[in-house]
Amino acid sequence: MKPAPFDYHAPRQLKEAAELLAKLPNAKVLAGGQSLVPMMNFRYLIVDHLVDLGGLDELRGIAVGDGLLRIGAMTSQRDLESSADVARHCPLMAEALRHVGHRQTRNRGTIGGSLAHADPAAELPAVCAAYDATIHAASVRGIRQIPFREFGTGFMTTALAPDEMIAAVDLPIWRLGHGHGFHEFARRQGDFAIAGAAALLDIGADNVVRRAVLALFGVTASPLRVEAAEARLTGQPLDAGAIRAAAAAAWLIEPISDIHAGGEYRRHLAQVLSSRALNDAARRAGIQA
Amino acid sequence: MGKQATRVTVNGKSYARVVDARLTLADFLRHEINLTGTHLGCEHGVCGACTVLVDGRSARSCLMFAVQANGCEVTTVEGLAPDGKLSVLQQAFIDNHGLQCGFCTPGMLITLTELLRENPEPSEQEVREALTGNLCRCTGYAGIVAAALDAAQRLRGGAAKAEAE
Amino acid sequence: MGAKHFGARVKRLEDPALLTGHGRFVDDVKLPGALHACFVRSPHAHAKLVSIDSKFAMIMPGVHAVIAAADLPEPMRADPLPMLLPNPALSAARTQHALAREEVCYVGQPVAVVIAETRYIAEDAAAALIVQYEVLAAVADCRRAAEEGAARAHGDLPSNIASTFRLTYGDTDAAFADAAHVFTEGLWQHRGGGMAIETRAVLVSHDPVVDLLTVWSATQTPHIGRRTLADLLGRDLQSIRMIAPDVGGGFGPKAIFYPEEAVIPAAALKLGRPVKWIEDRREHFLCATQERDQYWEVAIAVDADGKIRGLRGRMLHDTGAFVPWGIVLPYIAASTVPGPYVVPAYRLETSVVFTNKVPTTPVRGAGRPQAVFAMERLLDRVARELNLDRAEVRHRNLIQPEQMPYEVGLLFRDGKPLVYDSGDYPRGQEKALALGEYESFRERQKAALDQGRFIGIGLANYVEGTGLGPFEGVTVRILPSGKVAVATGATNQGQGTRTTLSQIVADHVGCRLEDIVMTIGDTAAIAQGVGAFASRQAVNAGSSALVAGQAVRKQLIALAARTLAVPEYDIDLEDGQATSRRGNKPSISFGDLARLAQGIPGVSLPPGQAAGIEHTAYYTPSQAAYCSGTHVAEVQVDAMTGGVKILRYTVAHDAGRVINPLIVDGQVQGGVAHGIGNALFEWMQYDANAQPLTTSFADYMLPTATDVPTCTIAHVETVNPLNPLGVKGAGEGGTIPAPAAIISAIEDALSPFGVHFAETPLTPERIVAAMRAAGAYERLFAA
Repeated sequence: MKPAPFDYHAPRQLKEAAELLAKLPNAKVLAGGQSLVPMMNFRYLIVDHLVDLGGLDELRGIAVGDGLLRIGAMTSQRDLESSADVARHCPLMAEALRHVGHRQTRNRGTIGGSLAHADPAAELPAVCAAYDATIHAASVRGIRQIPFREFGTGFMTTALAPDEMIAAVDLPIWRLGHGHGFHEFARRQGDFAIAGAAALLDIGADNVVRRAVLALFGVTASPLRVEAAEARLTGQPLDAGAIRAAAAAAWLIEPISDIHAGGEYRRHLAQVLSSRALNDAARRAGIQA
Repeated sequence: MGKQATRVTVNGKSYARVVDARLTLADFLRHEINLTGTHLGCEHGVCGACTVLVDGRSARSCLMFAVQANGCEVTTVEGLAPDGKLSVLQQAFIDNHGLQCGFCTPGMLITLTELLRENPEPSEQEVREALTGNLCRCTGYAGIVAAALDAAQRLRGGAAKAEAE
Repeated sequence: MGAKHFGARVKRLEDPALLTGHGRFVDDVKLPGALHACFVRSPHAHAKLVSIDSKFAMIMPGVHAVIAAADLPEPMRADPLPMLLPNPALSAARTQHALAREEVCYVGQPVAVVIAETRYIAEDAAAALIVQYEVLAAVADCRRAAEEGAARAHGDLPSNIASTFRLTYGDTDAAFADAAHVFTEGLWQHRGGGMAIETRAVLVSHDPVVDLLTVWSATQTPHIGRRTLADLLGRDLQSIRMIAPDVGGGFGPKAIFYPEEAVIPAAALKLGRPVKWIEDRREHFLCATQERDQYWEVAIAVDADGKIRGLRGRMLHDTGAFVPWGIVLPYIAASTVPGPYVVPAYRLETSVVFTNKVPTTPVRGAGRPQAVFAMERLLDRVARELNLDRAEVRHRNLIQPEQMPYEVGLLFRDGKPLVYDSGDYPRGQEKALALGEYESFRERQKAALDQGRFIGIGLANYVEGTGLGPFEGVTVRILPSGKVAVATGATNQGQGTRTTLSQIVADHVGCRLEDIVMTIGDTAAIAQGVGAFASRQAVNAGSSALVAGQAVRKQLIALAARTLAVPEYDIDLEDGQATSRRGNKPSISFGDLARLAQGIPGVSLPPGQAAGIEHTAYYTPSQAAYCSGTHVAEVQVDAMTGGVKILRYTVAHDAGRVINPLIVDGQVQGGVAHGIGNALFEWMQYDANAQPLTTSFADYMLPTATDVPTCTIAHVETVNPLNPLGVKGAGEGGTIPAPAAIISAIEDALSPFGVHFAETPLTPERIVAAMRAAGAYERLFAA
């Protein structure tokens, strides 16, 4: 299973990378390669030019400021896993990373690569959906911001233009003390999720929910925010009944079916995992629901 | 299409070559510089038989191109016991029946080398989780897990001894 | 004579090289000037092969040849691959051609091969080959294939039935007629494969000076491979040497002779250069033989107290598009059902059906897991219906040790009556239950339930015929250097053949393990051989090692006695020296003895002295050696997601005398991992057009380190009276009852919901579907 021939380019700066992407025909960006290269080895993908972003240190880094966690696209999942900033300000991501592939793939896999590849069952896109992240997309035309809600446009398709690459992603930080919950069901440790749920809860006085997020992944083409569940929870005191009702809203999705699982099973898992994620978020926010 | 120059340091020795851009790092190791200890079991990044260390971090060499490894330091199984003596981990594999056919073994050793370097006192569960990226079809993993825990203990004992001296 | 190595946990001689990256697998063998092959394979499950146009491929730089059927030498071109296991019950003994001529019958069937400078270029050229097909209707499901009017897997065959046969003894009609209870189950085991981590591989070099074709192949059976290739090329056996070097796992699929093992030699001969083919993983998913895909409808008749009166039913076996190993696999399954139980009457009708999928041949367990699944699920049913403990029902029906040797009443696949030579089944079950703390499980289960956790326990028994013939040989020869040269037709794919045979030879010859120089898996080293399958090497090669070792011992002692002028009974052999116990203990080395045995040019050897010190033994078993065992599985089921975790796994394993417990434990543990895969994970899926859907390790799930617990293993050693070592085979016992035990445990965990399962792999989705159908979630979501 050897890939088809291609020309390899190793730019040193973002500007150079953008120019290469704009002018080379049938060119693809190489980030960590953990999703791209298997497709090339299977020859599911024939690429004429590979633009390796590995030399672009300017695209690596994690910074906190202005209420945002800003992550460079080429930051490895391993670096995210061991980042104190991520653990403190985005505990949902820290938890999600435990389920992302295996150590070997996290060493080289990047957040930008995972977001651009947009596998429905991937964990990092779900985290970005939960946080209403903003994608910074770079091309010869400059940098534009894409709200994450608009980023996934279909099955493994994004709003990126063919000559655009992700440069960075911003996640608005929630108040310290918010609760998070992350549950996925996969056949084996490190496998892509058959279904997963990510929950965030900001609880105020009298156990009233100030803000609630429930994002599902693995069940639809792109991560899905369950707005009905969020509406059900927001502004109400949080108790077991509220969580049950919110999780039940997860039943109302249109799930995908494939050789790994049928739609009905995914629907069932969505409900079960939503309940577990919300319960964890409640507990971490200091509530025994 | 693209032939490219690349310089890769493997087990401490530098190799400068001109290769096809599409030559994988695994094939570079196995065929260009004749280190056949790294094996190919799937070429799509799941089985882990091709695992090597790239700049100290475990990586699937079937998912990298040799040209990407330009300027990198790679450690393969042949580099784990360079002076001809078996490492503590390798000896632990012998003592605990951690291999049968030996095909997945180089990848297992590399993954465990990284684990033990970062986590000198892993629990059994931590060892198993670290190994989920390496498939074995012969051993049922028991001997590999036992070898890892045994090696960890011996290394800690050795470290304590060295500290005491 | 001390047996200091036999039975000891000797560390493996194979390990140091493998641990330091100095193993020598086929792809590690580098021959100067070698070219590389890429096969072009049918994308259709069933089609007429119309034409192959190689013009675009041939003009690509670095491409040396495109070979299709028409380019193959005779008789390979015209003759299909030989049928190695003929059987009168086979109505259509169909095997494939080395390269397809007119019809392709499974996705992946090879139609041509491209030979180029590198594998990379060969794949480019393969993509440029223009192959025209006329797509024909394909049949994917063997139930459909067995029906009238189904699409035919082979266009020229009148039906898809490859074979029907009945195995029977006793009077099942009478047994069922007035039985207190009759229970019926429908069971289904899905396709899966051996999936060794090393794929198949062939490297061929032809030396025109001596006209020797050397073939390295990742095979379990180089001697059989050589014979087969000789026939296909019309060459003398002597002109071919086949070597199985280090092989990265076998498990059955590598015992088959494949088209690629014929085509690559033909290419090397044609081009006058070495040719190498390393299979990639996708090809392996398409073309390496697979197993299971059997439908069983079985019924058991029992007395009021659960004693078996009879068992009968039908089994439908999907053999895929060809029968390279005949009907061995379904036959083994059909003859394994009675197992360790007294079954007074038995009748199983088996239909073996062609479909347009890759053929099925024995994979670790070889049909027995399916048979054990049938019997054990029936016994669980009896227990449930009669409100008896599952272990108790089995206990009531087990064959007792005093009944050995026990004649089952069937013929086994080795052509001999199925007679269990030895075994203590009650002791095995008792040991496993004790170690697995079965008696106290109900308390554990209740405590878990109080915490909202669902745990369950299951057990299963099996009997396995191992050590099959026809023979395996070992040569032991003392070299002038004093080293002991050993050659065998036995092979090694991880089972530690070198170590176990060295233990036996060292014990009998009186040398050190490190003084043994062994050649394994090389047809040039020993004239006749069979190879690894059916857990046969410990019995056959082990026994030959003993016989040859003892013969060489005798020769050493006799010559040492003559040379040292002492009586034979005074001589000890140890660490490569023959030493007299008396006087000043005169001694002579093995090396010196070997030189003496060469004689002096022109001078007759003394009377009684043979040429050299060596012996070749070919042990031929009179029948199979019957292993047995009991597995106890304890699982936890997440009732909401259907996720299953195996908490604990216990095995009582009788493989006769154990040569090396380290290695046998490793075989059991490794076998259990395959069993867990069969039970929970491994499912080779095809669509309705027989297109394979799971063709990567991302889709076909192998158990990982967090899926397979470390087993507790107890050895029950009932000595095999039929071979000099007293051993039985140990390679498959870990797999055979595992699916039955695990499914039983899952049912037990979910017993509050009354759900039952009859197929493997039992996926979380299937568990949830059953739970939903039983109304379980109304209760659970309310909680």
